[in-house]
Amino acid sequence: MAGIELNNIAKSYGSVEVLRDINLTIEDGEFIVLVGPSGCGKSTLLRMIAGLEPITGGEFHVDGRRMNEVPPRDRDMAMVFQSYALYPHMDVSRNMGFSLEIRKAQKEERSRKVGDAARTLGLTSLTERLPRALSGGQRQRVAMGRAIVRDPSAFLFDEPLSNLDAALRVEMRLEIARLHQRLNATMIYVTHDQVEALTLADRIVVLNAGDIQQVGTPLDLYERPSNKFVAQFIGSPTMNILGVDRAETGVKLKDGTILDVGSRGEQKRAHELGVRPEHLDVVPEEAAHMKGVAELVEHLGSDTNIHASVPGVGPVLVRQHGHFPLKTGDAVNIAVDLEKAHLFGPDGVRLAA
Amino acid sequence: MTARADNAPGETRARGSFYIRYMVEPYLYLSPAVIVIALVMLVPLVIGISYAFQAVNLLRPFDTGWVGFENFQALWSDRKFWLALKNTFWWTVGSITFQFFLGLGLALLLNTRFYGKRLVQALVFLPWAVPTFLSALTWAWLFNPTIGPLPHWLAALGILSEPYNILGDPDLAMWGPITANVWFGIPFFAITLLAALQSIPGELYEAAEIDGASAWQTFTKITLPFLAPMIAITVMLRTIWIANFADLIFVMTGGGPANSTQILSTYIFTTAFRKLDFGYASAIAVALLGLLLIYAVVLLVLRRKLVKI
Amino acid sequence: MNALRQSSPLAVTGKYLALAFYVAFALFPLYWLAKIAVTPDKLIFSEGTALIPSKFTFENFQTVLLQTDFVAYFRNSLIVSIGTAAITTVIAAAAGYAFSRFDFRGKRLIIALMLITQMFPLLMIIAPIYKIVAALGLLNSLTSLIIVYTAFNIPFATFLMQSFFDGIPKDLEDAGMIDGCTRFEALRKIVLPLTLPGLGATLGFIFTAAWSELLFALMLINSNDAMTFPVGLLTFVSKFSVDWGQMMAAGVLALVPSCLFFIFIQRYLVQGLTTGAVKG
Repeated sequence: MAGIELNNIAKSYGSVEVLRDINLTIEDGEFIVLVGPSGCGKSTLLRMIAGLEPITGGEFHVDGRRMNEVPPRDRDMAMVFQSYALYPHMDVSRNMGFSLEIRKAQKEERSRKVGDAARTLGLTSLTERLPRALSGGQRQRVAMGRAIVRDPSAFLFDEPLSNLDAALRVEMRLEIARLHQRLNATMIYVTHDQVEALTLADRIVVLNAGDIQQVGTPLDLYERPSNKFVAQFIGSPTMNILGVDRAETGVKLKDGTILDVGSRGEQKRAHELGVRPEHLDVVPEEAAHMKGVAELVEHLGSDTNIHASVPGVGPVLVRQHGHFPLKTGDAVNIAVDLEKAHLFGPDGVRLAA
Repeated sequence: MTARADNAPGETRARGSFYIRYMVEPYLYLSPAVIVIALVMLVPLVIGISYAFQAVNLLRPFDTGWVGFENFQALWSDRKFWLALKNTFWWTVGSITFQFFLGLGLALLLNTRFYGKRLVQALVFLPWAVPTFLSALTWAWLFNPTIGPLPHWLAALGILSEPYNILGDPDLAMWGPITANVWFGIPFFAITLLAALQSIPGELYEAAEIDGASAWQTFTKITLPFLAPMIAITVMLRTIWIANFADLIFVMTGGGPANSTQILSTYIFTTAFRKLDFGYASAIAVALLGLLLIYAVVLLVLRRKLVKI
Repeated sequence: MNALRQSSPLAVTGKYLALAFYVAFALFPLYWLAKIAVTPDKLIFSEGTALIPSKFTFENFQTVLLQTDFVAYFRNSLIVSIGTAAITTVIAAAAGYAFSRFDFRGKRLIIALMLITQMFPLLMIIAPIYKIVAALGLLNSLTSLIIVYTAFNIPFATFLMQSFFDGIPKDLEDAGMIDGCTRFEALRKIVLPLTLPGLGATLGFIFTAAWSELLFALMLINSNDAMTFPVGLLTFVSKFSVDWGQMMAAGVLALVPSCLFFIFIQRYLVQGLTTGAVKG
């Protein structure tokens, strides 16, 4: 169990700066997800927390103790790698018990802990196999078992599910959530998949190009993204961003339509309007804010995604619940849920309501 | 960013040692290799170059000292040196040409599917494992009409007027070591080229087939361009290696008859080994090194001009 | 190159003929060596060029083993080759590990130095080495040969080991360090067990190279007691150039250790080079 504190953490390779000024406090027992596009520095940050990459700037504390220079073996953290990194020459139980072996734990203790972990993960029948004789999902479980056996103060996950197929990924996601509930341990989880982030996290940290964009609960990020990047990164399908001009009461779309978004604090600086596809509605003509043509209609069963083209405004994606009887080429009249629309300034920052 | 200014001095030092550890650790692993190479190869190399400008003859121990370019002047007017230079050229060109084309052919064959491939591969690579001195002796014996079949076969084919030992014929002697060298060197080219061939993605061949390319077109448009970098580097390194390779000739002919197979490296060895004239031997070696350097530079410049990658 | 293209019977025959040519060319000299070695002395001249001798004998081997110094040469060569292979592999494994796993100042310089040692004529340093070895009083000692051969083979062995280390995912070591290993423990318990084939191949390469080295051994050794196999065989040839059967029997014996190693490393050859090539 550990509270982790990052103060002004920075990382550079020579003159190339990959992480800047990272400040983050992680409570004991919290599930934190680091999310961002590839190359944003999220894995590097995780490896710095693990001690695998030297920290080139700032302070890193665990439970109040400065850990910047502490080698990985003394940090008491377990890590699940994207490649699983199972030792190919050791069988499953030795893989899982390796950390205890290194710490010279008693034989009985080792086999008891490995046995417990194997039972939890349903690996009991596989303990004598070598990693190459396991399926992808089984390897993933062994990697997790190796972490559980440690009973560490924090778990680190580096994109642990990205090598699994879609169905297994959902299953293992649930398993990780259950594990967190049961162990109540601090977990730091890196992913580029926003669904994993939204479903697992107590709090999400969105990173882009070496900077923290926003830290918050999944709902926070969904409802109150701090900027355009977070708004577009969180939520699926992606939020519509429409260019707007200032108007007397609200904002004006590029085709001249006035949207009365009420008087918001910094509305004068409004540059773009962001609205999620699920906050758009197909309505009768007289209630519409925008009139367009359906260019592509995706029937997903539970939802219908309508890719519409609105003259003067551009492409707009509308999501309707259930099956919506619409064909390519049909006219669509779209209404905006103005309560749930966001305004962004020219710098991409969301304007406060 | 202000945090950095708040650091206590002690912490900066701790961080410093952390980085020193990162910087020093690789050298702990490297130092034995570096020390051995420096002491046994680089120091003698410098001494060897200095010998070229001294009189160092173990048979005349009192006649030593710096002589400037005297050794090189002697070299300039040494008829044997120029002959050896010419022989080095033919030895290298002859060996590398046959080694390369036969090696390429073998690699292409081994890259196809056929019955008993594992065995065939092991057998054709075998000459490479034969100790050089033994290859040399074996081929010398094969060319010997008393116990070897080759002179008889060559005579039967009408290439030789009668079965005699070509290693004793100044006009033909060079072909003996070249044959042995080709035999010994084919596997090297086959192995490296086969490795390169196997790294060509199979999809490329499938794509070419779908596009309707003939076998010859596939070879010239896909295989060769992919092999080209590997070919360039192996041919260059191998040329240098063969030019330096004295063992075969030394054992098979000793440079004879009448110096007709004397190449620069055997000339270096016999001068050092038989005459114990280390100064003159080093002068020849420096000359050879200079020629090889010129060759490498020319080749690298050519490559930069020809290959626009 | 591809399985689907229909090959004409002519092309297939041509392919097998070409393969047969290569196999015959590769094996014929060795066959001849073995053939003369088992031919009885009396028949060597009468059947000198016959493909198969009418009688076999192992007398030549017996004579070589019992009545000549070849057993001593063989032992000397084994000591030198095994010593060289073991020391070189340890040193090269450490250096290859450093190249594979660390980025450090001076890396390029050291790699360049190692490459240079592969380029210049080794004969260039035969004179200085002779003088140094003589000054140290190590002429006619197997130790001097081991040291010299070790130095000669380190660069190549280092690059070879580096390619084997490169083939082992860095994640494994990271996982080991997180599991509580120091870097050295991770190297010993995780990386080294996985590099065993690579270590074996490197041992084999260096053994073969040391086994066949002639010129430096000729220069540094002239007492019969310390002669390695190549030197011994060569002096044997120049002294008694009439006893063909015995020479060839000795030759066959010289072939045995390198062939054993070759069979062992053969399957790693192309494989090792391929993974290296794909990575590069």
